[in-house]
Amino acid sequence: MHLHVDRSSVDRCRAFARRIVEPVQAYIRAHSTLSVERTVLRLLGVDGVDSSEIPLPNVVVDSLPRERLQWGIALPFGHALAQTRLEPATLARAIADGEVSLASFAGVADAAARSALHGYVESALAQIGARRGERDALLERLPQLPPPLLYVIVASGNIYEDRTAAVAAAEAGAQIIAVIRSTGQSLLDFVPYGPTTEGFGGTYATQANFRIMREALDEASERLERYVMLTNYASGLCMPEIAAMAAVERLDVLLNDSMYGILFRDINMRRTFVDQHFSRMLNAYSGIIINTGEDNYLTTADAVAQAPAVLASQFINEAFAHDAGLPDEQIGLGDAYEIDPDLPDGFLYEVAQAQLARQIFPKAPLKYMPPTKHMTGDIFKGHLVDAMFNLTSVTTGQTIHLCGMLTEAIHTPFLADRMLSIENARYVMNTARHFGEEIEVKQGGIIDRRAAHVLRECEALLERVAEMGLTSAIEAALFADVSRSPEGGRGLEGVFAREEGYWNPFEDALAGATSRG
Amino acid sequence: MIRPYGDTRDDGKVQLSFTLPIEWSERADEAARRLAVSMGFRDVHVAEGRPAAQGFSFFVVYASTASAIDAEAIPSSAVEAPAMSMEQIDAFIRERVGRTVRVAGACIGTDAHTVGIDAILNMKGYKGDYGLERYAMFEVFNLGSQVSPEQLMRFAKERDIDALLVSQVVTQKQSDVKNFTALSELLEAEGIRDRILLICGGPRVTNLLAAELGYDAGFGRGTLPSEVAAFIATRMASKERA
Repeated sequence: MHLHVDRSSVDRCRAFARRIVEPVQAYIRAHSTLSVERTVLRLLGVDGVDSSEIPLPNVVVDSLPRERLQWGIALPFGHALAQTRLEPATLARAIADGEVSLASFAGVADAAARSALHGYVESALAQIGARRGERDALLERLPQLPPPLLYVIVASGNIYEDRTAAVAAAEAGAQIIAVIRSTGQSLLDFVPYGPTTEGFGGTYATQANFRIMREALDEASERLERYVMLTNYASGLCMPEIAAMAAVERLDVLLNDSMYGILFRDINMRRTFVDQHFSRMLNAYSGIIINTGEDNYLTTADAVAQAPAVLASQFINEAFAHDAGLPDEQIGLGDAYEIDPDLPDGFLYEVAQAQLARQIFPKAPLKYMPPTKHMTGDIFKGHLVDAMFNLTSVTTGQTIHLCGMLTEAIHTPFLADRMLSIENARYVMNTARHFGEEIEVKQGGIIDRRAAHVLRECEALLERVAEMGLTSAIEAALFADVSRSPEGGRGLEGVFAREEGYWNPFEDALAGATSRG
Repeated sequence: MIRPYGDTRDDGKVQLSFTLPIEWSERADEAARRLAVSMGFRDVHVAEGRPAAQGFSFFVVYASTASAIDAEAIPSSAVEAPAMSMEQIDAFIRERVGRTVRVAGACIGTDAHTVGIDAILNMKGYKGDYGLERYAMFEVFNLGSQVSPEQLMRFAKERDIDALLVSQVVTQKQSDVKNFTALSELLEAEGIRDRILLICGGPRVTNLLAAELGYDAGFGRGTLPSEVAAFIATRMASKERA
């Protein structure tokens, strides 16, 4: 299937997207956040919690007076390392125990700090590089089934139950497992620690939980002779920290949207912009595919009306991702099948939108989300709507396919719900495997006109956003009908301006690494 | 008295599907059949039995039940309010209440899914039925997601709220019930329960559940904003009279 796409309009859209992100990038370059600094510590090897269960990266960053943090945590931490000759983990523990204070090493030369940190920075990057190499080797040896890659969610709250469900789903044909987070984790300004067995609507993203799931899926991959990918969610107040944990534990996909936290979790926009950038730099280096959250526009506002905003957001997410060093192959832009099933020709609109994204972002591993908004307790109808979604996905060559659940509106999926959902997808995608290559879109027909309309409206929207600036556009509710102010939302107190001489050793190394690659 | 209907009155036919944590085999099929018999079903037919995953089997079962129910004897569970349009409701409030009605809504507890409360409150509304923000006679405060019952109670007290709408979309292990109950108990403890219309909503909410939890009304999936608006308007009118 091939749509007629106005290439000059696509070029203008990309140019507008560039104009939109430029001023934000300037802000990002001049600022850092508490979460970025905690990530630096995590990468250096600081982990664990203090006696009140506060993560040590938080303890160490919070131990430094804010006016000194403006040069970054790396230098003061490096001063202390140089002087005490402790390991980063031991030093952090000593700070938590009150035995050492970062404030007492201000006299140490910066050069000593840099050289004390050098080896730890190198070994962190080498470790992440090794994890990436492992993934490449596994994918080579245990090739995946052809896309759309079937993606299912587990979310029991208990990582050990999740593990059982994940392995069962993989056996049933799932190729990507996502452990959905506990509701509200995105609003925590710390990452919980250790294996967890209690959660609401999901399971906490912790490094230990990542590891437990990775091990189980590695075993399943060997047994099934195909690599099963693991996903989690970065968006929230700890985007870069979760990106760092994901890199070390070899997650393969990470939900990482440049605006999701702002619009849908009311996280401060400045905080999000700065955090998403560093987290995406880490994703780029670790070979993790990011997934963006455009599907959320469609669940919170009208799906037909929001289509141009979805495409516009895809362009903006792409521009931000490129700035963080992500290649197209790692930019999993999002979309969803959320048009009201009662709308005549709704299926045609869905095909138009999905195919449009496929052609505009040809190398992107597009992420396609299932119907949720119009799902009801009628599981029989829900299963049918999911089948139409599956058909759209295989016909338009989507890459990452979130399997729709017939019980979407009822409960977090039962084991059998996942099985039925995967069977539905496998049946449709098998029976219609090459359908998309066989059909031609009628010129001037409904699909053709719809795609042209969406692109035209998207260009107009991007032009408007470029003129008013992204911040004002978000304030004016141009995305998802949600209005957020630059000073509003959670987490702004964790953003600070960088002083002359600010240093984040990983940022420097990653910028060098990705620009070379 | 009525029974489930397959194709003949009183045949009592039901369809079931379930998973058992057992590797699939003929014995697993027989286990599924006996389980259905032990549930009280007759003429149990395991139409489909197959592996669901390692160590799990999936079944589709048809069976008959001898149970019957007198549906006439059940009290009505739907919220009772006349169907009115936005204009009619605004006019009704103007005439019978004589002032704007202050409504606050939120998703309580850890729930971050505002789809339900937004559908009722946001200007745009749901299925072409405008939300309460669009009404002339409602003053609406949408507090968004992850609001604690304490915050909501304080807000209601400080802003002199007439009607509180609380929503829970994603629920697990009965957390919705706990949060709903916590709010109604807090309002009782503060002595303001009587002056507030307390309404809950969500895909699993029924009016019967709402009554059990000490709420004035409960609205489930597919509720239109005007239905909620009509309920608030009529109850406010009868309150003003009282």
